[in-house]
Amino acid sequence: MALTLFGVVLNRTGWVWLIAGWAALAGVAIAQPADMQMWSVKAQDRPSDAGDAVQLFWSPIAPAAEFICYIVQRAPAAEGPFETIATVVSIDTQYVDAAALTGDVYFYRVAALDSVEAGAADQTTSPADSLSAASPARTVDTIYTAVAGPVNSTAQWFNLRRLNQFLVIIILSAAIIYFISQARSGKQLYVRKIAGLQAMEEAIGRATEMGRPILFLPGIHDMDDVQTIAGLTILARVARTVAEYETTLNVPVSRSLVMTTARETIKEAYAAAGRPDSYNDNMVHYVTDEQFGYVAAVDGIMMRQKPATCLYMGAFFAESLIVAETGAEIGAIQIAGTAQPAQLPFFVAACDYTLIGEELFAASAYLSGEPRQLGSLKGQDVGKVMAMCALGLGAALLTLHSLVPGWPILANMADWVGKVFQVR
Amino acid sequence: MGFVLIFAFFIPHHPFDALGEDVTVFFDIVAVFAFILGGGNLLRMHGNHIYTRHKDRWFSAVTLAGFLLMLFAGLFKIGQEGWCGAVDQPGAWFNNIYTATFDPLQSTMYALLAFFVASASFRAFRAKNREATILLVAAFIVLLGRTPAGDYATDWLPDSLSIFKVSNLANWIMSVPNLAGQRAIVIGIALGVVSLSLRVILGVERSHLGTDKS
Repeated sequence: MALTLFGVVLNRTGWVWLIAGWAALAGVAIAQPADMQMWSVKAQDRPSDAGDAVQLFWSPIAPAAEFICYIVQRAPAAEGPFETIATVVSIDTQYVDAAALTGDVYFYRVAALDSVEAGAADQTTSPADSLSAASPARTVDTIYTAVAGPVNSTAQWFNLRRLNQFLVIIILSAAIIYFISQARSGKQLYVRKIAGLQAMEEAIGRATEMGRPILFLPGIHDMDDVQTIAGLTILARVARTVAEYETTLNVPVSRSLVMTTARETIKEAYAAAGRPDSYNDNMVHYVTDEQFGYVAAVDGIMMRQKPATCLYMGAFFAESLIVAETGAEIGAIQIAGTAQPAQLPFFVAACDYTLIGEELFAASAYLSGEPRQLGSLKGQDVGKVMAMCALGLGAALLTLHSLVPGWPILANMADWVGKVFQVR
Repeated sequence: MGFVLIFAFFIPHHPFDALGEDVTVFFDIVAVFAFILGGGNLLRMHGNHIYTRHKDRWFSAVTLAGFLLMLFAGLFKIGQEGWCGAVDQPGAWFNNIYTATFDPLQSTMYALLAFFVASASFRAFRAKNREATILLVAAFIVLLGRTPAGDYATDWLPDSLSIFKVSNLANWIMSVPNLAGQRAIVIGIALGVVSLSLRVILGVERSHLGTDKS
């Protein structure tokens, strides 16, 4: 039912707020539950946080449909004064007081407002600004629950909700370090061949034969993105080969920090190749931070200079297909690598070789051929085995549950397996 | 520092709770000052092109003119309102140039994507081998299933065969084989990030710092 009041059309939610506000102003219409002695609120420090929240739980008042909302009140002492901090407009029976200060002591109580329209409550929770201003008008007698407290919010030293991630990281790190040490001790480790990386030297050689430059794009993100770091580690390997072949390298970048880092990377690579004199700062040049300004400039460079080899290694977005198609247009051999799943199809369609996801991060280790770095790749496989086992187990449990619905333990176990890998 | 940030992710207690954000702010401050290097490089490189009468000097002249114009408009804020107002204020020089010139140019570049998608699809969807044929058929079903024509073409199928309606087939392709592949890639990426991060933090991978020596 909608009604126009003072020019405002009231819908269901409007009615709720109107009634809640009226009740707070008048201090009336507080319903008396039949089992008042049994109804209480539980207040506790929110676990695994920085000490800035208190959780409140209470049992629903029956029948819930007769009550329109709960009012949550807070006080620094058991005897008050209580201040309304929120109105829970629904059948929700919990609330998080995120305005609690670390170390301060609080007392809480909850009241239920009787409803004139059964079932008018909805699922929203919001601060009761209008109510808090009017709360002094209310009397203590109208509050239903016993006062809960004292409770104070304290900070914890470990986030237990992230325990699963912590354990997974510990296992992964231990596996990677173990395989690095194995590789150090001289053990031969098998790493599968990556076609895109095997073609890298061939692509550089082709540019040398054709007397054309090599274009390298490290993506459009800054140095705080691990994809950019992965791109620059590949640039170091590429630059070393380029220096040995005495080919021209062109690296337009869209971030100033990437420019300075890429310059250092290439300078050292040229020095390591024994050709420090061939290096010059103009190899790496800043274009613009703007995404499409950058891609326009890169397209222009490609059409004018006609590089024989184009390498795209880093974080790419909408510009991925624009640059890759321009590269295909000029007949360049193209190798791309990114960890942006949405851009991979574009690179696969337009480039000769594509490093898919993890291959981008493995590229530098693969190209270096160093046992220690290859060992770290082997450590990743432990993570893959864990993921495959979890996927297989979860799928099997859920399939069994669908076949035997009378065994809820199967669904619970599948849920548990899912939670082990849940990111919070 | 890398290890501290990793452990800070699991410690909600002060000062670790805000450490990640603090480091991000530090990075932003460094990046802002680094922009002076980028701007300087742009001026030097394109100025050099003009000075040496490089064959691309006209492009460089346009680049420099645009850069200096925007720089001047952005810095020339001597009033509170009108032309010299804040950069995001409607009517200000900077805002006018941005919305009337730069925005349309960006949109133009973005619009080119539609044509590139067409040309890339033309090349990718050739039935050269078995895998390419599967890709072609899947792409055809998904494209058709996303249009009203797809629904219309298979609307006559009875409810018992509704799974074979093009829109349902397209949804199945996107939510089962495609999603499974995407998740496999994402899991691989997560493991790759952990591995590379450890290599960098432990000093095994130092090539991005310009040296292989650990």
